Amino acid sequence: MTAERANPSGELRNAQDVEANVRQHQEHDAASNSKFGFIVFLLSESVIFLSFFTGYIVYKTTTLDWYPPGVTGLETRDPFINTLVLVSSSFVIYVAERYLHDKKLWGFRLFLLITMAMGSYFLFGQAVEWRSLPFSYQSGLFGGTFFLLTGFHGLHVLTGILLQTLMLGRSFIPGNYDNGYFGVEATSLFWHFVDVIWIVLYTLIYVWQ
Amino acid sequence: MTNISLEAPEAVRGQPYPGAPDNWKRFFTFSTDHKVIGIQYIVTSFFFFLIGGTLSMIMRGELITPDADLVDRTVYNALFTMHGSIMLFMWTFPVLVGLGNYLVPLMIGARDMAFPRLNAVSFWMVPVVGILMLASFLVPGGPSQSGWWAYPPVSLQNPTGNLLNGQVLWILAVAISGVSSIMGGVNFVTTIFKMRAPGMTWFRTPAFVWSVLGAQLIQLYGLPALTGGAVMLLLDITIGTSFFAPERGGNPILYQHFFWFYSHPAVYVMVLPAFGIFSEVLPVHARKPLFGYRVIAASSILITVVSGAVWVHHMFASATPGWMRILFMVTSMLVAIPSGIKVFGWVATIWGGKIRFTTPMLFALGGISNWLFAGITGIFLASVPIDIHVNNTYFVVGHFHYVLYGAIVMGIYAAIYHWFPKMTGRMYYEGLGKLHFALTYLGTALTFLPMHPAGLMGMPRRVASYDLEFAYWNVLASIGGFLLGLSTLPFILNMVSAWIRGEKVGNNPWRAYGLEWLTSSPPTVENFEETPVVVSGPYGYGRNQPLVGNIPNPGLTQFPESLTQQQTS
Ligand code: HEM
Ligand SMILES: [Cu+2]
Repeated sequence: MTAERANPSGELRNAQDVEANVRQHQEHDAASNSKFGFIVFLLSESVIFLSFFTGYIVYKTTTLDWYPPGVTGLETRDPFINTLVLVSSSFVIYVAERYLHDKKLWGFRLFLLITMAMGSYFLFGQAVEWRSLPFSYQSGLFGGTFFLLTGFHGLHVLTGILLQTLMLGRSFIPGNYDNGYFGVEATSLFWHFVDVIWIVLYTLIYVWQ
Repeated sequence: MTNISLEAPEAVRGQPYPGAPDNWKRFFTFSTDHKVIGIQYIVTSFFFFLIGGTLSMIMRGELITPDADLVDRTVYNALFTMHGSIMLFMWTFPVLVGLGNYLVPLMIGARDMAFPRLNAVSFWMVPVVGILMLASFLVPGGPSQSGWWAYPPVSLQNPTGNLLNGQVLWILAVAISGVSSIMGGVNFVTTIFKMRAPGMTWFRTPAFVWSVLGAQLIQLYGLPALTGGAVMLLLDITIGTSFFAPERGGNPILYQHFFWFYSHPAVYVMVLPAFGIFSEVLPVHARKPLFGYRVIAASSILITVVSGAVWVHHMFASATPGWMRILFMVTSMLVAIPSGIKVFGWVATIWGGKIRFTTPMLFALGGISNWLFAGITGIFLASVPIDIHVNNTYFVVGHFHYVLYGAIVMGIYAAIYHWFPKMTGRMYYEGLGKLHFALTYLGTALTFLPMHPAGLMGMPRRVASYDLEFAYWNVLASIGGFLLGLSTLPFILNMVSAWIRGEKVGNNPWRAYGLEWLTSSPPTVENFEETPVVVSGPYGYGRNQPLVGNIPNPGLTQFPESLTQQQTS
């Protein structure tokens, strides 16, 4: 890995060489540690979702009366619109990041705001859906898993919006993003992650009925 | 963040961290120095070891006679639940994280962990977990009684009707400890991947670091599954969902899958670092390179992977279909291969070496011998027919205590003695150490060997009273248990007095290889005055080659003048 790159042969040349190697090694690492760590964290986080998904599949394939009495399935039209909004917001936050990369702060702020609006729309849509459902989290395994999965995901969307708010606020501190913007990169990674999870979730719950 | 200077500022040299009190008080602050945090972990967890041990003394006191006369059934249930939970979540996991925290950055030539603040936060969650666990003794109904497995439907019962009950506190504690461990895992994995000193390639990385990497990868893939299961269990208890409640259509076996998907590999979270410790201690005290170092290192990762695929062997007796039993019986036996390779490597390491029977060496040898014994009974348990017979008997209790006490706790002791001079700059008292070892080794045998025959005869576990025919073995086990309790006294005495006025012994009293021995004892704030540049592998005993190119190691007399020469391994 990095260690090899900093000192490929493992041999020593002269003192300045060593010094330069060490310096380059450390600077490189400090800049990328946080990103590496955050990706590791997201991978680990996805295992929680994986265990919930596994539970859902096991329950759905082994339970005889899957739907509670009076329920035949889930309405898919509004959730589908919701899905479209959430998935496209992943592109919007990417654009925001590009603007930041080019040091165009206003473009960054604008597109971050649009992302936040789309995320909020998603949450709002989910709240409306939850209110209209004829079953609750106590309605057997179907109700329990439905609210567990959508609720846990919703919590993540909310976290993402809070992170975005924070990043927006920090863009008003002069010079804050001059030397790197790991926070924004992490927020954006997190948002993509929440998106991918939703696609799996939507397929499991709404498409596979 | 991007500009890190190579040198520690003059002002902080020799201080544990900038602006710190440089006496014992620093261990009570929110320090971000990995060495302070490491010692905080170790000392805190040892405190809980004593509490968990006290609970086991009460249990052994109860079991010295066949009747339930000292405590009643419910209290006994609470006792083994809390004993098991405290021993695992509050002692073994944290103490190993503490050792890893202290040693990993030093061993890889880093200045600290990758995320020092996160590290401190992870540590300070541990006392919170401990307080939550202990608080359950005070709430109505007492602590959880469902064992450390917390299997539903037993764990779903709530006789007091209170929302704040022992079981809920237990789940919260486990969840917080899970969060702390996942953050720790992110920190360790990033540190090991990204912060190794220049020239330290993967196959120049010490075996202990490999084993910590393996253990932390398990935390990252396994713990979230347990956390997911715990959340569902908590919802079942508190707001009435029905995931695991059989009378409401739930599936309690699914909980067992979540639980064991983590808790089987969790054994390796604990035992891998112990393996790593053996691999570090043996070469130093036998003056020989670690035999088969590359294989030993790689087998840590192999164990990490395979142990994620064997969890169902804990459920052979829970209505598991036949094909699944066979499949998991085979995978379980596979784990024996990398473990066996390690044992082979250790034996070959000490073979023909100049062995110094110091206290850490004795603990390492004792730990390995116990691990061998536990491994054999483990093969028994992995084979379906035998397991169905001895499942939930004292045979299992004997087996896993041989792993936990015999191998892991002994490994931890070996590590503490071995690196004590590094941590404090002083030497422990060898006589007291040997006394400690003798008591521990004999105590382990006397306590946990008799559990095997008792179990084979059919003595069930988790009972406060038993048939008269098992009395003989239980008296032996109880005497052994008290002996183990006693064995901690010389240890505490040794540590405290040696830390205060033990002999000062310099930086490298063992004349050991390894980056950690190149810096002062105790190391200063940023570990190394100059970042070491590694030029050879970690176990160069008798090979007459320098480990690093830019820092001389006067402790190793074999090659003082060859330090400047260019060598590769
Ligand atoms: C003096 C040393 C010890 C003694 C005398 C002792 C004794 C016992 C006893 C009597 C039980 C209850 C068995 C049953 O009724 O099923 C038990 C359970 C247990 N012990 Fe220990 N133990 C000791 C040390 C340890 C250590 C060091 C660990 C872990 C590192 C440990 C982990 C456990 C676990 C996980 C359980 C299972 C609890 C459960 O079933 O929920 N013990 N021990
Ligand atoms: Cu297992």
